[in-house]
Amino acid sequence: MDGNLITFYILAAVAVGAALGMLFSKSAIYSALFLILNFAVVAVFYLILGAPFIAMAQVTIYAGAIMVLFVFVIMLIGTEQLAREDRLIWQKPLAWILVVLFIFAGAYQLLLVGITDRVAVAFPGDFGSPVEIGEVLFSKYLLPFEVTSVLLLVAMIGAIVLTKGKRKKKI
Amino acid sequence: MVPVENYITLSALLFVIGALAVMTRRNAIVIFMAIELMLNSANLLFVAYAQQHAAVDGQILVFFVITVAAAEVAVGLALIVAIFRSRGTIDIDDLSQLKG
Repeated sequence: MDGNLITFYILAAVAVGAALGMLFSKSAIYSALFLILNFAVVAVFYLILGAPFIAMAQVTIYAGAIMVLFVFVIMLIGTEQLAREDRLIWQKPLAWILVVLFIFAGAYQLLLVGITDRVAVAFPGDFGSPVEIGEVLFSKYLLPFEVTSVLLLVAMIGAIVLTKGKRKKKI
Repeated sequence: MVPVENYITLSALLFVIGALAVMTRRNAIVIFMAIELMLNSANLLFVAYAQQHAAVDGQILVFFVITVAAAEVAVGLALIVAIFRSRGTIDIDDLSQLKG
């Protein structure tokens, strides 16, 4: 087994372990910390896969900005006091059944049918570099990129309006 | 180079764990984080296939997904805070007024 594969398995184990930690930890803040670990590991995967720009965006936007927002909201509304008993008892078994079905379907596709569109292409030297990303982003994907700015503006205004609360009228 | 099947398997596992968290957890914030995990697993697959095909388009798409996720998180967390203010809970089993 070569080094790349060993690295992959170690990182994959950490990623899946962090995700499981998010799933099973009782406290929301532990879930958030496990998720940050998961995002960091996925950023390392991006680096391995030749996507340094995406890796940096992952660390700064996901693990940085978004998770800080999550931790902030958890701090704002102490979320630990949920009612103890589960009122929808059929929900958990059903979820597990669906998950097992999904895994079987995926394993069937992967093991028996296999991947058909395998393309072995030689890498250009600067594949996935910020320069190349920027060139494609501002030529081929210029319109979606500009629409993104509108989306972000709308989201920002929406967040402010939703959390503003009622203010008393000044005379 | 790690074969793409490994990344497909890892991505599917992460997605399944996220879906499981959405279905079994009752804390709205944790459910929201699980949705981020599912988005992230899809992103991982995008980047894996971008490398597989040596096409940078997959990475651009991931960039857009991250942007949309940021917008979604801002609005979604604002909604959660607003719901908590008006109802005093974010247990999604308690928020069942639409059931009639």
